[in-house]
Amino acid sequence: MNNRRPTASMPRSTDPTREINLTVNGEPISWTVSTRMLLSDFLRHELGLTGTHVGCEHGVCGCCTVIIDGWSGRSCLTLAVQMDGADIRTVEGLAASDGTLHLLQQAFHEHHALQCGFCTPGFLMALVNYLERTADPDLSEQSIREILSGNLCRCTGYQNIVAAVRQAAALMAKKT
Amino acid sequence: MSTQTFGEPVRRNANPRLLRGEGAYVDDISLPGALHAAFLRSPFARARIKTIDIEEARAHPGVVKIYTCDNIGTLDNELPLLVPHPSLTGARTQRPLARDDVFHVGQAVAMVVAVDRYVAEDVLRLIDIDYDPLPVTPDLEAAASPGSHLVHSEVPGNVAAEFEQRSGDPDTAFVQAEHITKIRVRIERSTAAPLECRSVAARHDGVTGELTVWDGTQAPISIRGGLAALFDIDEDKVRVIAPDVGGGFGQKVMLFYPDEVLVPYAAIELGRPVKYIEDRQENFLSSNQERAQIHELELAATKEGEVLGLRDSFLHDTGAFIPYGIAVAQVASTSIAGPYRIPNIWIKFKAIYTPTVPVSPYRGCGRPQACFAIERAMDKLADELELDRLAVRRRNMITPDEFPYEREGLLFADGLPVRYDSGEYIGALDKITETVDLDAFRSEQRAARTRGKYLGLGLACYVEGTGIGPYEGGQIRVHPNTGKVYVNTGLAAQGQGHETAFAQIVADQLGVPVADVIVVEGDTQAYDWGVATFASRAAVVSGNAIYKTAVAVREQLLKRAAEMLEAAPLDLELIDGKARLKGMPERSVTLAEIATLANPLRYGFSEASKSATQFAKRAKHDGPALGEGEHPGIQAQDYYSPPCATWAYGIHAAVVEVDPEFCTVRFLRYICLHDCGRMINPAIVEGQIRGGVAQGIGGALYERVEFDEEGNPRNANFMDFLMPYATEVPEIEIVHFETPSPLNPLGVKGVGEAGVIAVAATVVSAIEDALKPFGIGRLLEVPLSPSSLHAALTDAEAYKDQYARET
Repeated sequence: MNNRRPTASMPRSTDPTREINLTVNGEPISWTVSTRMLLSDFLRHELGLTGTHVGCEHGVCGCCTVIIDGWSGRSCLTLAVQMDGADIRTVEGLAASDGTLHLLQQAFHEHHALQCGFCTPGFLMALVNYLERTADPDLSEQSIREILSGNLCRCTGYQNIVAAVRQAAALMAKKT
Repeated sequence: MSTQTFGEPVRRNANPRLLRGEGAYVDDISLPGALHAAFLRSPFARARIKTIDIEEARAHPGVVKIYTCDNIGTLDNELPLLVPHPSLTGARTQRPLARDDVFHVGQAVAMVVAVDRYVAEDVLRLIDIDYDPLPVTPDLEAAASPGSHLVHSEVPGNVAAEFEQRSGDPDTAFVQAEHITKIRVRIERSTAAPLECRSVAARHDGVTGELTVWDGTQAPISIRGGLAALFDIDEDKVRVIAPDVGGGFGQKVMLFYPDEVLVPYAAIELGRPVKYIEDRQENFLSSNQERAQIHELELAATKEGEVLGLRDSFLHDTGAFIPYGIAVAQVASTSIAGPYRIPNIWIKFKAIYTPTVPVSPYRGCGRPQACFAIERAMDKLADELELDRLAVRRRNMITPDEFPYEREGLLFADGLPVRYDSGEYIGALDKITETVDLDAFRSEQRAARTRGKYLGLGLACYVEGTGIGPYEGGQIRVHPNTGKVYVNTGLAAQGQGHETAFAQIVADQLGVPVADVIVVEGDTQAYDWGVATFASRAAVVSGNAIYKTAVAVREQLLKRAAEMLEAAPLDLELIDGKARLKGMPERSVTLAEIATLANPLRYGFSEASKSATQFAKRAKHDGPALGEGEHPGIQAQDYYSPPCATWAYGIHAAVVEVDPEFCTVRFLRYICLHDCGRMINPAIVEGQIRGGVAQGIGGALYERVEFDEEGNPRNANFMDFLMPYATEVPEIEIVHFETPSPLNPLGVKGVGEAGVIAVAATVVSAIEDALKPFGIGRLLEVPLSPSSLHAALTDAEAYKDQYARET
């Protein structure tokens, strides 16, 4: 094999682009994006927020869940250009700036509610969104499982996630 | 750290990083200037490729290179047969890119490299391939029958391998039998479906000649060795990193998937980093799968239920290729007798090619199938002899005084005899019976039936040979400035918690907090002796290698500390990151100081080196700084090579409620009793088990990779391939038994696959028990969908009377 050196004349994409203005984890951002770029790719590869993961690219597994204008949504089914003017929260915005874990993250840590960690950010964002809007310290096991039913986990068997949610729900409800 | 951490549910070191979204999976690693690859895959299960036209595609803006079999140099060959075996009569493995023929839908035919993934996928549509489709027989049983269409024209009958093993004298056993039970079971194909698909990225440095490959693999060291061989590069110039990996379950230890060789190839040729991230559909179409088998099993028994002999003949679907040889089928065949004495065994299998995605081990590796076969047969035997299901099992279980129990003549997948090392099978059966509270359940079941509710209890036993060789290594260093302990081994982790379990082993020996033990694996530059993560072997093989190394490091620390404190090593203890004199805790030196002093060159960079210097005057100055055989620093390296597999086991029980009208199944209880020897971290063990049970529930009720009669996958996505969510997996009660393995210093056995093995057998047994009042036939196929359950019910007279009035 010949070792060709990289050249300046490498081809470029000719996709049309558009500028968007949005807020991500509280920070205002202006960016020029390809009009067909997915929100997940925008967050991950343009902004470097790689905590949002992509598990299926068709909106089923929930790994890519982020909070868009106060509602959890699938970033793999959303185009970045649709996000002009939106307020987005990702997993990177959960812990405090000194790294202190959010109550929910801490509960996951204490209950061994993650293994490979790939699905975890999606669970966290879907749950944070739910728990912030619904302060209920006494969620039943069945309702917790219903809340979790938009996210797939292939490692844990869910039981420790249920336990973590129970703890976080109680603590978060107390705080509000 | 004054308390032992081995056996404690220590929280994982890796969690905070992963929870903050700071994990680094392959696609998270930024490679400036990277190009992106996409694959064109066969739309036919079997076809001849007449022409490939890439002219229009090549002209598309943003394309850098298009690869077909014609421009990949020496890679244009069949990839390695990983596990050769004499029984393989027509072993075929795939090529990186198809040449002349395609053998399954999804086989890679061309690779496009472009400026981004979007463009690369656009270009796939512009490649024009003229195929000549050939007729196929995708169904396993049909593929094995006379007159079937051949996957590989030179392999008659689609038989990739045929293998027979015998233990004892099965023929005589069947002649002497008072009763023979026959059963035929079918297990459908499934897939591991790790939530992170496979991924590979590569960068080649044209100046140094170094190739760096990031691969979401379970086997970075083996990948490194293979790439060095395929590219004819010195191993030291190839670095393979398995960073954070989002689940593997066996699917990510293949050697090689086409992308794993083509992406590095393109990176070298193009002089730019190249990245390929498999998408979910591709994971269904081209990443290996497992499970499909059809067993015909017979038990020869006495009227009292003593099983004298077993005969099992089965078909194993290996897909279009057989890269792993007979590994899966061999594990199935040697696990077939479970925890039962059964002294006379005959097993025979045929591995059959089908024009489908290739098969290699998926968590369980043939054991769930074997367990389903033997446990369904034990249920049937008990019913036919009008004996209690549990009593028949108890009667046949190997007792503690019979260990080691060898099935003479049967060879396990590691080529060594099947030899169970330890266990408490009957004790386990007693315990789970007590946990279920059998009598209470039976009366509840009776009462429920009077209310029109159908409850059932199922139970199944499994054994699992774990921790196979050949070996793993451990390397430990104590850091001079911080006293932190760095540990390496040759594995890669996909969520198992190695970084914590191995740290616990070391922390106990060296008297440091678990958080101060930093385990680095999955990077050939950090450590490059070892095999890989698979077959429930990490804790057994690497765990013991690390333990042996930690003992050596402990001795070094004590020896050095004794010199520094002018005491005898025996009078010292390692505790709280220090070596101190027993009974005189103020006489101590820190590990940082010991490690600093252990290096003859120590500038005063840090407090540790300054304070270490005060001890230096006690060192001798009458010879070389390092004596003969001495080494600088506190570090050691050792290996563990198991004599043979160590056999874990367990029993699962499920209580279900079946709705006979809607054919739905609801779990009321799920109990898993397991024994993996001594547990390093019970929280991690329980996590492994619950995850395995969840996958097992998928296999029992939902997960089936379906192909149509032309070999097209019908459900290659997460909408149609059903996996259990939190709403489908019940709370799983776990009972731990800890019978130490006598084979290794830590007394541990593997647990990675334990959860999944017995689930299908347990759940189906429970459903059958629930529906007994209808007089339904045997339920012998999984997954057991509502439709198949409905079909079984509508065959039953009592059901027709009650429910099928209008149909």
